[in-house]
Amino acid sequence: MIETRLLRKKFATVLAVDGISFVARDGEITGLLGPNGAGKSTCLRMIYGVLAPDGGEARIDGIDIRGETSAARARLGVLPHAAGLYGNLSARENVAYFGALLGIARKRLGTRIDQLALRLGMGEFLERRANKLSQGERVKVALARALVHEPGNLLLDEPTNGLDVMAIRGLRSLLRDLRDDGKCILFSSHVMQEVAALCDRIVIIGHGRVLADDTPAALREQSGASSLEEAFVRLQATDEGWR
Amino acid sequence: MRRAIFSVFAKEFLENLRDRRTLFSALLFGPLFGPLLFGTMVSRLVEQSVMSAKQPLVLTIAGGGRAPGLMEYLRSQNVQIMPAPLTEDEARKAVQRGDLAVVLLVPPDYPRLFTAGQPAPLLLIADSSDSQTRKIAARARAILAGFSATMGQLRLQVRGVDPLLAAPLAVNDVDVATPAGRAVVVLGLMTYFVLFAVLMGGLYLAIDATAGERERGSLEALLALPVPRAALVGGKVLATCAFMCLSLAITLAAFLGVFKFLPLERLGMSPNLGVRTSLEFFAICLPFVPLGATLMTFVASFTKSYREAQTYLAAVLLVPTLPIAFAAIYSLKTKSSLMLIPSLSQHLLMTSVLQDRPIAAGDVLVSAAASLALAAALFVLTARHWRRETMLG
Repeated sequence: MIETRLLRKKFATVLAVDGISFVARDGEITGLLGPNGAGKSTCLRMIYGVLAPDGGEARIDGIDIRGETSAARARLGVLPHAAGLYGNLSARENVAYFGALLGIARKRLGTRIDQLALRLGMGEFLERRANKLSQGERVKVALARALVHEPGNLLLDEPTNGLDVMAIRGLRSLLRDLRDDGKCILFSSHVMQEVAALCDRIVIIGHGRVLADDTPAALREQSGASSLEEAFVRLQATDEGWR
Repeated sequence: MRRAIFSVFAKEFLENLRDRRTLFSALLFGPLFGPLLFGTMVSRLVEQSVMSAKQPLVLTIAGGGRAPGLMEYLRSQNVQIMPAPLTEDEARKAVQRGDLAVVLLVPPDYPRLFTAGQPAPLLLIADSSDSQTRKIAARARAILAGFSATMGQLRLQVRGVDPLLAAPLAVNDVDVATPAGRAVVVLGLMTYFVLFAVLMGGLYLAIDATAGERERGSLEALLALPVPRAALVGGKVLATCAFMCLSLAITLAAFLGVFKFLPLERLGMSPNLGVRTSLEFFAICLPFVPLGATLMTFVASFTKSYREAQTYLAAVLLVPTLPIAFAAIYSLKTKSSLMLIPSLSQHLLMTSVLQDRPIAAGDVLVSAAASLALAAALFVLTARHWRRETMLG
C-alpha cells in the first residue's frame, strides 16, 4: 500500500506539488492522471524518496520513506520515467546488477531471474546485450529489474511512453497479472484512454493538486458524463488554468 | 555496504571492459601514446646530435673573396662554403624570411683592417628564435673564434712575443653529472607521460559511470535503490582505479620496451630503467591513482552529458602538468615540503629513481599520505553531491 498525505514540493518559486493526498491499495491498479507539468513525476519521485518533500509525507506499507528510507524502498519496485538499461550488459546482467545491489543472494537471484523471464516472456532475449533490444523488450527488462526483489508495491512513471501498440497491450496484461497477485500498482500517465483501460482507481491531478479520486465508474457518475473522456474534460474545465 | 560496493565495482569493470571506446583509450591509446611519442622524440634527438658533429657545416658566405685566408681556414674545419653575392640588407631579409639559415658576411673594409692588424669586422646573421639555426650559428661562432685565436697567436709570434702570455687562463670543463643524471634532462618528460597514462586509463570509465549513467537514463533507477550513495560512488571510483592501474602497468611495460631499443648509451646516458625501476614507479604512482579517480569522478558528477564531461575532464588531464611545469621553470630539487603536492611529489620521486639517487622513506610516505588525504576529501565531496536532489538532473 502506498499512501501520501499533504505532499508539498516547491522548486524555486514554482509550487510543483501542493498538498497531494491519496491512497493506492494492494490488489488495485491506481492511475495518476494529469497533463504534462501537473506534478505527477515530482509526486512519484517524493514517494520513492529521491526528492525530499517540503511538507507532508509518503508511506510504503506504513513505513515513512524519509524516516526509514532503505526499509521502505525494499518494499517498492520503481520504473522511473527514464528507465535506461546498460547497453553493454545482457538483459540478465542488467536485472542481476539491481538484484545484487538489493542484497539478494547469488543463487536465489539466478532462479528469481529465470522466474521473471518466464513470467515476462524474456526467455528469447535474456542473454542478449541490452543495446540490441527493441523498445518493448527494454521495458520488460526494466520491469524485471523493478520486480527482482519481489516488492509488494510497484511504481511506474509513464511506462507506456515510446511503446508500440503490441508492447502496450503486453504491458497492460502484465500489470493486471501483478495486481491479481495482490500487488499495489501505482502508475502515472497523461493519456486518458490508457488509464481508463487499466485502472481500478483514478487520481486526477492538476496544478499540483488532487482534482478527483475515485473509481472510473464513480467519476463518470460524479460529472454526469456518459464516458470517462467526457468526465475528464469537464473536470479539466472546472480547474482554472488547466491547459 | 561492502557487497554493494563490490557489485557496483564488478558491473562497471565488466561493462567498460566490453566497451571498445573505453578499452581503446584506457588500455591502448593512453598507455602507449607516451612511450611511443617519447621513443620517437629521443631517437631523433640522438640521431641529430650524433650526426651534426660529423656532418660538414654548410655556411652561406657573402664577400668571401675579400678574406681568402679565412676561407682556407674554414675549409680546413670541415665547413662547406656556399658563396652568395649578397649585400647586408639582402642577407638580413633572406634570413628573416627563413630562405637562408645563417649568413656570414665579409664587409668591404675587412681586407684593409685585417692587414692593418686592427679588429676586422665580420657579420654573422642568424635568427636566434629558431633552435636549428641557433645550433648552426653556434658552430660557426666557435670556428670563427678558433680562427681569431690562431691569428692572434701568429701575430704575437711574428713580433717575438710568446703567445702563451696572451693566454693567462686555461679553463677545462669538468662535468660531474653522472650518465644517468644527464639522461634525466631528456627523460623529465617521461614522468608526465606516466601520470597522463594513469589519468587516461580512468577517464572514460569515470565519465561513463556518472554522466553516462545520467545520459542513458539509468541513474534514477539506481538512485531509487536502498543502497547508500557512498557505496555507489565507492564502487565506481574503485572500478576507475582498477582501469588506471592497468593503464599504468601497460605504460611502464611499454617504456621498458622502448628503452631497450633507444640508443641512449650513444649520448653517454644510462637511464636507470629496468624491471626494478618500473616496480618502484608503480609503487610511487599508486597513491596518485585514487586521487585521479576521485578527481575525475567528482568533476564528471556535475556534468549532464558525455560530451560535457569530456570537455571538463580534458582540462583535468592537464592538472598534473602544472606542478611539473612549475618545478621545471624554478628547477626545484626534491625537498620534503614539496612531497605535500600530489603529482609534483610523484614527479620528483620518479626523477630521483631515474637518477639513481637515494630516496628517503619519509618522503615516500608523505607523498602517498598527501595524495590519499586529498583523494579521501574529494570522495567525501563526491558522495555528498550524489546525495543531493540536483543529482537527478
